[in-house]
Amino acid sequence: MLNKNIFISLLGIDASRREGEVTEKKYDFELLKNKVIGFLELIGFTWFVPMVRLVAGEEPKKQLSEIISRIGLPLSAILLFMFIWAGVASNIKTSLGQLPGPVQVWEQSVGLVDEHHEERAKEKAFYERQEVRNTKKLEENPDAEIKIRPYTGKATFFDQILTSMGTVLTGFLLGTLIAIPLGIACGLSNKLYTAVGPLIQIFKPVSPLAWLPIITMVVSAVYISDDPMFAKSFVNSALTVMLCSLWPTLINTAVGVSSIDKDLLNVGRVIKLNWWTTVYKIAIPSALPMIFTGLRISVGIGWMVLIAAEMLAQNPGLGKFVWDEFQNGSSNSLGRIMVAVVVIGIVGYVLDWIMLTLQKLVSYDKAAVN
Amino acid sequence: MTHSYLDLTQVSMEFPISGGSFKALDNVNLQIKKGEFVSLIGHSGCGKSTVLNVVGGLYQATTGGVILEGKEVNEPGPDRAIVFQNHSLFPWLTVYENVALAVRQVFKNTKNKHEMDEWIKHNLELVHMSHALYKRPAEISGGMKQRVGIARGLAMQPKVLLMDEPFGALDALTRAHLQDSLMEIHSELNNTIIMITHDVDEAVLLSDRIVMMTNGPAATIGEVLKIDLERPRGRVELADSEQYNHYRSGVLQFLYKRQHVPEEKVA
Repeated sequence: MLNKNIFISLLGIDASRREGEVTEKKYDFELLKNKVIGFLELIGFTWFVPMVRLVAGEEPKKQLSEIISRIGLPLSAILLFMFIWAGVASNIKTSLGQLPGPVQVWEQSVGLVDEHHEERAKEKAFYERQEVRNTKKLEENPDAEIKIRPYTGKATFFDQILTSMGTVLTGFLLGTLIAIPLGIACGLSNKLYTAVGPLIQIFKPVSPLAWLPIITMVVSAVYISDDPMFAKSFVNSALTVMLCSLWPTLINTAVGVSSIDKDLLNVGRVIKLNWWTTVYKIAIPSALPMIFTGLRISVGIGWMVLIAAEMLAQNPGLGKFVWDEFQNGSSNSLGRIMVAVVVIGIVGYVLDWIMLTLQKLVSYDKAAVN
Repeated sequence: MTHSYLDLTQVSMEFPISGGSFKALDNVNLQIKKGEFVSLIGHSGCGKSTVLNVVGGLYQATTGGVILEGKEVNEPGPDRAIVFQNHSLFPWLTVYENVALAVRQVFKNTKNKHEMDEWIKHNLELVHMSHALYKRPAEISGGMKQRVGIARGLAMQPKVLLMDEPFGALDALTRAHLQDSLMEIHSELNNTIIMITHDVDEAVLLSDRIVMMTNGPAATIGEVLKIDLERPRGRVELADSEQYNHYRSGVLQFLYKRQHVPEEKVA
């Protein structure tokens, strides 16, 4: 009997009983607080955690200093960077005028937003004019043939961002569709991995700039259609992204699957799982964290590659935007390119953050992900 | 029955290594009765695990063989459930799902969904883990993980439960609790159990017989000690028992006087 009691306290049942003694309202509040913090930690917004604790009235002094260090430190680094940037930029004269500092870049970004609104307003006006003209035509002659012409104004900066994201996702998904099954196969069969290993190692470091000409020629030879569903430039850049970004996923999947704990496989043998069940109940779940680490690296590479690919393939997107501005060579160009650089960085950061959150969601060992 | 329940006959095991082979086991003979609790004890590398893996069917004996209830063992199966030293739970499954994976596979033709659910919970109840059904292995302690491992083994309703140093990685207190639980379960279900251990006290406390193995290579059974202590056994009461200490020193003698210094044996 005595034994059993020690047992229960060791199992932590005691602790949960103590929690129950706290008044219910307070308990609910604690629960809510912990849930919010858990969620913030999951999505990586850890700098909000001290704020939540502060609102909950938990050690205000400690939380304030935590907030100051978590938000204050990065902020002061950014300010310092801008300061240096402004100082250096004012001393460099280029053939396109002075190198823009943070203020000029900010002005350009406002300009790009305005341009976007103007373009949208123009588009709206264009369709409204057609509408008016068509109604008039119909009033005069109900049998008149009506046509609505599509608006062909230039793509704005924001259109370019969306195009780029669409292209990178297409390339990344295509790459994943190849990399994961092939990676699982390589992980399961040592012979296959030994066979294709050198090929992987050779193709992995190849630059997108080297692939692009080949892909362009192959696509224009193979992808022939009078009414193509996708523009060739889009196919070119998506395929380039695919070819460059699939390797980390492929390698990580193979390593993840092949490094399963042998005892786990032995458990499978003892309960007589068949081959297929072993793969999808043991091999894949066990490799999932590794697979997602690979996917995260792949997205990052894909995004870097895409900008270069778009520049060369003239696929509408951020890369083309940068190239066009460079060719344009107006006094605004450098500022606009710098806006693009910042946006490229932010989008890359967001993509990485999405992958990290997914990785945490599928990972059974939360501590292993950072 | 004239034959014993589990019969190891002249089991030898050779592993291929570069430039020849390594003889791990030589001529191991052991008969185990139904409901018996047998411990295998010996120094590291003496082939205890190899014996267990041969019975479990994970290894094939080079010569000789294992017969369980009149049938030869030559592949792994749920009738010889294995509890691994490092618990080997699937980290992405909850406690319940870990046991469920085994139960659904083993009883897929004999139990319906409801019966399976009851059976899973019943086995987790046996090891006192009902309070953590929906926790993942990373969220529970080492001792609890091992409990779940044992529950998974028991849930397969094995003819023989094979335990490979099940408590080796646990601290002394947790180990004592798990040993008590195991004795409770053994007296309740009367399972046939083979357990590998390094711990002399554990072996004497739990076993009906202790099988002491000689040092490898070509390890074999050196001595078998029958433990005639009345059950239920209590560790505190036994600490002062003369008989208990006699058994204990018997095992220690074997391990440290006769096996520790192999040169003497040769001389």
